[in-house]
Amino acid sequence: MAGLAQTMGAGAMTNSIDEITESQVLFVIGSNTTEQHPLIGSRIIEAIKKGAKLIVADPRRTYLAERAYVHLCLLPGTDAALINAMMNVIINDGLINEEFIKERTEGFEELRQNILQWTPERAERITGVKAEDIRRAARIYAGAERAMILYCMGITQHNCSTDNVIALSNLVLLTGNVGKPGAGLCPLRGQNNVQGACDMGALPDVLSGYQKVKDPGVREKFSRAWGVEIPEIPGLTVPEMFEAAEKGIIKAMYIIGENPAVSEAHLSHVEKALRNLEFLVVQDIFFTETARFADVVLPACSFAEKDGTFTGTDRRVQRLRKAIEPLWNSKPDWQIIAELAARMGYPMTYTHPSEIMDEIASLTPSYGGISYDRLEGPGIQVPCPHKDHPGTPYLHKGSFARGKGKFIPVNYTPPAERTDEKYPLVLTTGRVLYHYHTGTMTRKIDFLNKKCPGPFVEINPADAQKLGISDGNEVYVKSRRGKIKVPARVTEKIKQGVVFVPFHFAEAAANYLTIDALDPVAKTPQLKSCAVNILAGSEENGNS
Amino acid sequence: MTKYVKTICPYCGCGCSIILHVKDGKIVRTSPAVKDSINKGTLCIKGMLAHEFVHSPERLRTPLIRENGSFREATWDEALRMVAEKFHKIKEKYGGLTFGVLSSARATSEENYLISKFSRAVLATNNIDHCARL
Ligand code: SF4
Repeated sequence: MAGLAQTMGAGAMTNSIDEITESQVLFVIGSNTTEQHPLIGSRIIEAIKKGAKLIVADPRRTYLAERAYVHLCLLPGTDAALINAMMNVIINDGLINEEFIKERTEGFEELRQNILQWTPERAERITGVKAEDIRRAARIYAGAERAMILYCMGITQHNCSTDNVIALSNLVLLTGNVGKPGAGLCPLRGQNNVQGACDMGALPDVLSGYQKVKDPGVREKFSRAWGVEIPEIPGLTVPEMFEAAEKGIIKAMYIIGENPAVSEAHLSHVEKALRNLEFLVVQDIFFTETARFADVVLPACSFAEKDGTFTGTDRRVQRLRKAIEPLWNSKPDWQIIAELAARMGYPMTYTHPSEIMDEIASLTPSYGGISYDRLEGPGIQVPCPHKDHPGTPYLHKGSFARGKGKFIPVNYTPPAERTDEKYPLVLTTGRVLYHYHTGTMTRKIDFLNKKCPGPFVEINPADAQKLGISDGNEVYVKSRRGKIKVPARVTEKIKQGVVFVPFHFAEAAANYLTIDALDPVAKTPQLKSCAVNILAGSEENGNS
Repeated sequence: MTKYVKTICPYCGCGCSIILHVKDGKIVRTSPAVKDSINKGTLCIKGMLAHEFVHSPERLRTPLIRENGSFREATWDEALRMVAEKFHKIKEKYGGLTFGVLSSARATSEENYLISKFSRAVLATNNIDHCARL
């Protein structure tokens, strides 16, 4: 969430899930919300019933797109051009919030200069969205007193992800749509505790509460609490780690509850990296694809067998409660880590996760007021700096976390890989409702497997006809990096020139096809778009 | 006797409250929580089935150690001793910068904090990340 940290000073959902129904306009971009975040999806539907207008930007005609006031059916990876053009309309029509811009932001003039060139007509040529639709969407968004933008991986999984988020932030600041209930900018986090994992410093450059390891004061504080020196150089991100492992720089890995052998971009590299390690420990509930490469596999227990907290996408800290004893010979992750630390000469003597939370509160300003006795009710939304603080339903009231909101002009960066004669289609990947991430949990469930048993590729009827493919045919999807064999689903729901493959299925992992070009700041891989071709599924096409 | 435990859905970031129905040490059903919940008595299909994978026969039951190319079952003592020794050796021989740790956006916050602490304080590395970027 590097973009939001730069422009507003906090990389989290600005509002609460409950505020969605208070918005007048909802702008959903790069998020198939009903499938990825079903509860939020149903709140959006509720808001529409209450009279809110919905704008959806997505290359697929999703459930929400079908119910939208305007559906901006854009080519994958062209979001920044679209958003810039919306701002062009807002500035030209005089729909900006001058008072807000004057009092609470900086850098408007630079933005204005940059936006002048982004006419809707120019954006139409890049995005494939009609200039008239861009104008309509811009006017509806700017006309609302309370408008909320919700975005997800469609925005953040590109080589230009930071720019995309900054462009959205510019749009919010331009219209003053933040710092009040029902108005703001909301990144929707995929897995249930992404927000918590980030807040806790499971990141290479920060400790808990986004305290930077580069800051000597921060290192000193943690050194004193932990009784050891904190290493000074920021660490490597996931893709950088695999690159380093492939080169033999990283020798050992400890992988806890993740399955990079399915989820990472450009899989063949990841597999090579895992094979290259001197020592690999995998700790998980199931024997995952990644575990195949391990030297030691440690059985962790599930969410139902332990106490703890999760921090949801709207920053709400809630209690996870143990329902049953650990099954078979499994143990909770926290206990395994503590035992391992002790064996390495560093005692961790916690008897219950609540003691870990007390330590977190003592070292993390935004969690300063969190303790288990306060979490019996509906939970508390962070930041919650002290024991008497009620929590924070929406961010940036009165002033931004960084002081002034900052406009940063962004330009459109074309996807790292363009289509050509050999690979004429744009591939985009994503989730389907019935499965969750790499499927290690959901694919064990019979009912869900019956609803959506296996992988597929969605293709527009016009493209299918050109390629001589009909619905249900087995086809090969090929990119410069690999190929997978899947049945075709011919459907109007996908934009012409674009194909969609879900990424939950190990047997046809979409990530064999994707490209590992990284966003320079956020280090997000470009999972969302690359160039592919589709061939009928005969033997000879499979071998070439 | 059925025991009812209020907890959080393990799937997406919405954070719906669920009630697990426990009978004889087995979770038999999941229902939505009404009071003190963001979802106010509703659940999507994944939430309704939140408990199903818990008792899956495919769960890892015991630590495994690779030996001559295949895995064999091991005790916790054996497995943890081996991991501690290997990590220790690698740290002595090559230093902390040669470790990589992947934490999980599905583990609790307390666990993520401990994994960060373990990486930095025990392995002496800042090479810790999770797949939040996904
Ligand atoms: S019940 Fe559905 S919407 Fe709620 S947290 Fe679980 S997966 Fe998300």
